Amino acid sequence: MDMMNRRNHIDIPEFYVGSVLAVSSSNPHAPEKVTRFVGICIQRGGCGLRAFFIIRNVVDHQGVEMFYEMYSPVIQKIEVLRLEKRLDNELLYLRDALPEYSTFPLDMEPEYLPEGSAIPVNPIKVKLKPRPWLERWERQELKGVQDLGLPKRFYERAAAVAKPWEKYDLMAEYRESIPAEEQEEIFAEVYSQLHQLEVTRKIMKRKRTFVKPKKMG
Amino acid sequence: MALSMWRKLPKLMCVGHGFHTSPAYSHIIKLTRLRVVDNSEIGKRAMAEGKPPKCIHVYNKKGVGTIGDKVLLAIKGEKKKAIIVGVKQNQPALSPKFDSNNVVLVDDNGTPLGTRIHVPIPQVLRTILKEKNVVKGADYTKLIALASRFV
Repeated sequence: MDMMNRRNHIDIPEFYVGSVLAVSSSNPHAPEKVTRFVGICIQRGGCGLRAFFIIRNVVDHQGVEMFYEMYSPVIQKIEVLRLEKRLDNELLYLRDALPEYSTFPLDMEPEYLPEGSAIPVNPIKVKLKPRPWLERWERQELKGVQDLGLPKRFYERAAAVAKPWEKYDLMAEYRESIPAEEQEEIFAEVYSQLHQLEVTRKIMKRKRTFVKPKKMG
Repeated sequence: MALSMWRKLPKLMCVGHGFHTSPAYSHIIKLTRLRVVDNSEIGKRAMAEGKPPKCIHVYNKKGVGTIGDKVLLAIKGEKKKAIIVGVKQNQPALSPKFDSNNVVLVDDNGTPLGTRIHVPIPQVLRTILKEKNVVKGADYTKLIALASRFV
């Protein structure tokens, strides 16, 4: 309910890991009270009011990441500049990739998709910098990375250490997700309000406000 | 003959060297290598030579430095003070996390030694400036005035 109250005030659009976002948050000590950060979403997590996302961009050849909580009242606006998905669920490997894959101009224009179309999946294969890396990417099944080019012993060790039975673990899946019946219940409570919100938002977008004509000269 | 002797020594000395007892933190403590980010002479020469300055003291109650802490560096055989401007460590919400530990050289009064900073600087420095009352800490007014881009 708190999340609905927050969404009544601010439009939190739908986005996925791999979409480019621009977030404006308020900062009392900045000259213009608003700080705007543009970047690609590399991770989304948490649930409920603690839901967070991490945005990454490379500014002046320096990689910067910002951690935002979705329902924080400090955040004023979340705009989706490019809505798309990637081949992986988490793009943490962008930290070890060449900086060109994480650079996005700060004054990017939002790209619009036709209404009701499927979300595009970007099949880009990212090239990583030479080793050392922050994590052992060969041990995670990453589809969005080019061939890592490591000697064979890395892959053999990865195969020896791998836990292929984890994907069959039903109890872990149950713990991490909400079962379908409860999802339907929750959605039924929330759907009518969400739908109304969407409709009012669409109307407000098209509405033209009356601007009092000013005397010129 | 001496070589074979070394090989047969029992592994008494090597017990417990194959694992770590704590995870990898990206803290700025004594002896961390830092990246100088302004265009002062010493800073540029140190970074160009490939000998990044090492921190030898953190002016903090805990020995760990974060954004805004003053730090003593050893650069090219000299001791210089500096202010930490970006950390690799995971930060709380709304504080940016950088890909390298950035530092700006400063003299004892707080005036930066360089004339330009070519890397974005976190806005939280402004917040710390307004809210922290410690006089002994750092005076970042000139540092903030020097910065060209804020994150």
